[in-house]
Amino acid sequence: MTTNSNLQRVLESGGFAVTAECGPPRSADPDIVIKKGLLLKKHVDAVNVTDNQTAIVRMGSLAASALLKSIGLDPVWQLVCRDRNRIAIQSDILGAAALGINNMLCLSGDHQSFGNQPHAKNVFDLDSMQLLGAARDLRDSGRFIYDSFEIPPAARPGLFIGAAANPFADPFEFRAIRLAKKIANGAQFIQTQCIFNLPKFTKWMKAVRDRGLADKVYILGGVTPIKSAGMALYMKDKVAGMDVPDEVIKRIKGAPKDKQREEGVKLCVETIQKLRKIKGVAGVHIMAIEWEEAVPEIVEAAGLR
Amino acid sequence: MIVGERKPFEEIQSLLRGYKKILLAGCGTCVKVCFAGGDKEVAVLASQLGIANNKAGVKARIDQVTIERQCENEFIDEAARALNGHDCIMSMACGAGVQMLAARFPHLPVLPAVNTTFLGLLDKQGMFLENCQGCGDCVLGRFGGVCPVTRCSKSLFNGPCGGSASGVCEIDPSVPCGWQEIYDRLKALGRLDTLEQTEPPKNWASARHGGPRKLIREDNIL
Ligand code: SF4
Ligand code: SF4
Repeated sequence: MTTNSNLQRVLESGGFAVTAECGPPRSADPDIVIKKGLLLKKHVDAVNVTDNQTAIVRMGSLAASALLKSIGLDPVWQLVCRDRNRIAIQSDILGAAALGINNMLCLSGDHQSFGNQPHAKNVFDLDSMQLLGAARDLRDSGRFIYDSFEIPPAARPGLFIGAAANPFADPFEFRAIRLAKKIANGAQFIQTQCIFNLPKFTKWMKAVRDRGLADKVYILGGVTPIKSAGMALYMKDKVAGMDVPDEVIKRIKGAPKDKQREEGVKLCVETIQKLRKIKGVAGVHIMAIEWEEAVPEIVEAAGLR
Repeated sequence: MIVGERKPFEEIQSLLRGYKKILLAGCGTCVKVCFAGGDKEVAVLASQLGIANNKAGVKARIDQVTIERQCENEFIDEAARALNGHDCIMSMACGAGVQMLAARFPHLPVLPAVNTTFLGLLDKQGMFLENCQGCGDCVLGRFGGVCPVTRCSKSLFNGPCGGSASGVCEIDPSVPCGWQEIYDRLKALGRLDTLEQTEPPKNWASARHGGPRKLIREDNIL
């Protein structure tokens, strides 16, 4: 199904898509979102809006997506299963579409023990697979979960639906199977975990192609510019699902302190250029965590614009 | 079994503050097996309280009784016989046992001495693991005998999340990833194909989410 998504348009026309992440603030200040949005606007095809990432309370991803939409960006609204049951999820999907949001990304969500509300009760009524299926069914058949009511075709939520994949998590052999399941449940595009370990990513992409999956879904390789050796170490040890090989840490450490950012950007650009050459990679997703200013430079240096 | 852990002594003391004739009521079933509230633990708590009271110059009578099964009405008679002018009962059973006593003795305060933690098993000496959340619709048959509701920190039904690494869960390296366990079990059974099927949204109404549950066995009704 074709939606009004700019991201879908770019991908379907065969372009190499570029998206970037925009983390909402830990406040009610809309200007922070707008400022980040304006910074990214001319450089990306869509902006990903994170949903209380690492379980730290932030401005809601739907509200921030609507703010970005209002200044002409194409937001990718992220939605996690941690905080909402199926009632809230389906209701938010309808609301998002009504606000003109065209893309959503379905995620399980980081466990609340990571964040600033470790005493919270989590939900996980649905998992990310079931969330994908629910979003697809609302869009394609107008059906709510286990309900015979049907939304009239013109009023169904026309969203371009995505999911995440982590090629670096275990068990490795299951990762391509899991991707196949996500596609079967409606995933049209995939955003991967940050890629620092290219050999492993390449191996995963081969498994994905061997299963014929690269033709069924648009895969956006996730990249993150490293700000400092400290950040690299932190990601390696503290961030769930990250694979930061020692060579990467060594390379950033090898640069003088005031040149580490530069080296991080360089490494990121190199990774993008390598990703472009891998068959089946349809674009990149740049996650410059609290460093959105780096995105225009990376996009330009990688020759993406 | 039901696994519990005795509350910290300070909390028990503050619950008992002001009471002068206390009956400590243990249970001889699950909490005995997990060393939280059997006859031995009752005796230990009684002597701890006695020593503390002596030190503080508090006068209180502390009696002990351990009932075979505190969650069954017929066994509660034993507690009834032990009652003798007590002004409170401190139960060392699981939450069900505490509530059974509270229902049976509506005029007496019944206080918990144990934190009921989970349904689980003894993994190795001194370590209990949670295995079941009593979801009311057991799916173990499809998951190689490992419970996705309980053993996965996010109760995922369609495979491991992106945080599973080297067999441990993203929340803590001391927590095994339930999905790695499911995967390994199904692999050993030659049934990895079951993981290719999508598990549809679960009906949680049979779990606690449908309100307090009740089980009626018509064939057992007298
Ligand atoms: S599926 Fe339900 S009943 Fe079976 S072990 Fe898990 S929580 Fe218990
Ligand atoms: S790491 Fe494993 S146990 Fe932990 S939430 Fe993810 S799948 Fe579940």
